[in-house]
Amino acid sequence: MTVVAAKGLLFADAANRCAPGLPASFCQHHETTGCVGGNGLFCPGWAVDNFDRYVGPFFRHLEIVAISVVAGFAVALALALFSHRHRVLIPPLLGATGVLYTIPSIAFFFLLLPITGFGLVTAVIPLSAYTLQIIYRNTLAGLANVPADAKDAGRGMGMSDRQLLWRVELPLATPEVVAGLRIAIVSTVAIATLAFLAGAGGLGAPLYAQPDFKTNIIMVGALTIAMALTLDLIVVLSRRFLMPWQRARPR
Amino acid sequence: MIPLASVIDSFVGAFDFILHSRDAVTGGHVQVGGIPYIWTFARTQLEVSAVALGGALAVGMPIGLVLGHIGKGEYFAVGFGNAGRAVPEIAVVFLLAALIGIGLGNVALALGILGLPPILTNTFVAMRQVDPTAVQAAEGVGMRPWEVIVRVELPLAAPTIMAGVRTAAINIFATATIASFVGLSTLGDLVTGRNVYGDDGVLAGAIVIAVLAGLIELALAGVQRLLTPRGLKLQRATRSA
Repeated sequence: MTVVAAKGLLFADAANRCAPGLPASFCQHHETTGCVGGNGLFCPGWAVDNFDRYVGPFFRHLEIVAISVVAGFAVALALALFSHRHRVLIPPLLGATGVLYTIPSIAFFFLLLPITGFGLVTAVIPLSAYTLQIIYRNTLAGLANVPADAKDAGRGMGMSDRQLLWRVELPLATPEVVAGLRIAIVSTVAIATLAFLAGAGGLGAPLYAQPDFKTNIIMVGALTIAMALTLDLIVVLSRRFLMPWQRARPR
Repeated sequence: MIPLASVIDSFVGAFDFILHSRDAVTGGHVQVGGIPYIWTFARTQLEVSAVALGGALAVGMPIGLVLGHIGKGEYFAVGFGNAGRAVPEIAVVFLLAALIGIGLGNVALALGILGLPPILTNTFVAMRQVDPTAVQAAEGVGMRPWEVIVRVELPLAAPTIMAGVRTAAINIFATATIASFVGLSTLGDLVTGRNVYGDDGVLAGAIVIAVLAGLIELALAGVQRLLTPRGLKLQRATRSA
């Protein structure tokens, strides 16, 4: 099927079109009347009956997001800590992460395709690259905002550079680091809907399988937003439990 | 991993596709590739992006300016920006296409909606960051409220507003690629049209999209520098020194 033909199909008969790799039964809805046949805004009955088709892509989506954010966070934090010590590296690293951030995700996927081929790796590299800029910038800002008094107190207690970093500077920088992490998670969940283009699946796959069936679009949109909000909530709550010193800060 | 030689071959092929036209994979003596051919796709994508960005600016900036000036609606303005990040672009494009149909205007509307949150939020935040003593001084010399906004707050807020405009522009341009799924012939046609353009065309499309996005970012960064008042630049230089 050529692209030109696919375009003609998109709005004439898209319900029966199947994305590559999906079984035809996945993409068909046979009704010609009622909510589904009339392509109503949202058909709750259909959504309940067909919920299971979203479960696999949902967890695949979660997997893509988790790998991307963890990898991006680790690299960004390492870069931030290293350039905190070697400050000449800050401008070039800000520039480099900024350049990565401007490459549109679709272009990024297809640029990697000749190098890494279809699959998870090709999806994860761009997604984690996007988190670099956000987390790196925020971590640097957090470290820069640590009060000089706190550092002086640490020095006065005889801390080495390393002890000062891990026991004083990083704990006090956590608000900005966590803020960056939250932005990174939420935007990665949204962008990962395009991971299917890299052959990695995720919630974009069922969306693209029936791109003009409104109930399907809304289901994918709602599940994506729900995942973003849930992960965000988990980060906020775990910050409270894992970093109790922040509650002791002046209100 | 794929061997280096084949990777180099892919990129050589892609640049050949950008520079010279050739027969389409589908045959029938249809010519594809070459700079004029790619430009038709790039032009559509740039046009729809420009319209969308203009619309998002026209709607988002006044709201941000007024809310920021009176200092109300922080929850709305900031929350709107945060919520905007969670929305998957591709779902918005498909939903609007299904609701109101396809075409340049409708795609521009979908893209404009996606560009709205960063512009509105950054404008609001930028206005709140303006030194209140500057505003009081302006009021003290008898400026009217609109004069305070346009002649004092807006110039001082310009750099932060432009940061939002850059984010919005890059988002819009990137998402305009997806518009090829709903029938608008943007550069997305090339990257999703392996059957017609071959692997070279797909990679060529990706290269052109990435380069254009970089150029847009560079141009807007230049505008941001131009719009930053000299006083703010001096202030920053002395603060970091």
